[in-house]
Amino acid sequence: MTIRGAAIVGVGGLGAPAAAALAASGVTALTLIDDDLVEISNLPRQPLYDVGDVGTPKAEAAARRLRARHPALRVESVRARVDAGNADALLAGHTVILDGTDGLPSKSMLNDAALALGIPLVHAGAVGLDGQLFTILPGRTACLRCLFPELPGEDDLPTCQQSGILGPVVGAIGLAAASEARRILAGAAPELANRLAILDGTHVRWRVVGLRPNPHCPACDAGRAAT
Amino acid sequence: MPVNVKVPTPLRKFTAGSETVSGNGATVGALIEDLEKRHAGIRERICDEQGRVRRFVNLYLNGEDIRFLQQLDTKVKDGDEISIVPAIAGGAA
Repeated sequence: MTIRGAAIVGVGGLGAPAAAALAASGVTALTLIDDDLVEISNLPRQPLYDVGDVGTPKAEAAARRLRARHPALRVESVRARVDAGNADALLAGHTVILDGTDGLPSKSMLNDAALALGIPLVHAGAVGLDGQLFTILPGRTACLRCLFPELPGEDDLPTCQQSGILGPVVGAIGLAAASEARRILAGAAPELANRLAILDGTHVRWRVVGLRPNPHCPACDAGRAAT
Repeated sequence: MPVNVKVPTPLRKFTAGSETVSGNGATVGALIEDLEKRHAGIRERICDEQGRVRRFVNLYLNGEDIRFLQQLDTKVKDGDEISIVPAIAGGAA
């Protein structure tokens, strides 16, 4: 059986630095999944791309760069948007999933897919000068929907388009997420299971708050039923 | 000694940029009412029209989610710390 290593869903502000860090740390296999094209506005935050990549698919450009840097690394690139219909096919068999997506609907879908597949998920998010992450061990620790059972409305949360996004902040979250994924790939316990790490980029301060599974979480129930 | 409240960046426009503010109250709900008096507008970013904590915001008392305590009726005391933690959903840009 081929070991698929880590799946990075979204190879942008979070996923690109995470992929670079995981590759450099010596992991043997990565799958990069993204349906976007590299845009000139991505370049300040997404260190796997340069001007020559603009207009090309992110997953392919990132894989090409990582293969050049790390010839022994097995990189699979998938130009796709992960959704409920294709998540099983794209994600099954991986040891860990790293969330580099935008928007709570995407992040919740990924959460539900990881629970159904029984694959650990490193959830991460960043906007403006703030970021947060934690690790979900299906059936054992709090999941994203234990924290936020319902999805907010479109105007309820600030978006990167409204609040901007600062490269060092989203990069720091991406690197921390990579560190968590690396621990799972190495068979070590993650540091951020049932612990939400919050980065206040204004003051460059980290805080951690405790999490616990919500006994009424619909996603955890569905995950338990599926596995 | 009042309760310390950790304010996330999006709500600091109500606290003149302060990341930590003080408030008083016997419960989390009373504390939020006191915060509103000191920092007008902050309550509606934490609670909805029915007075419930908004679904994309969580409140932690000394690192413990108040949903697993007594929610807004959770008692607080001087020196406690409340963290306001909204969901953060970006990252691909």
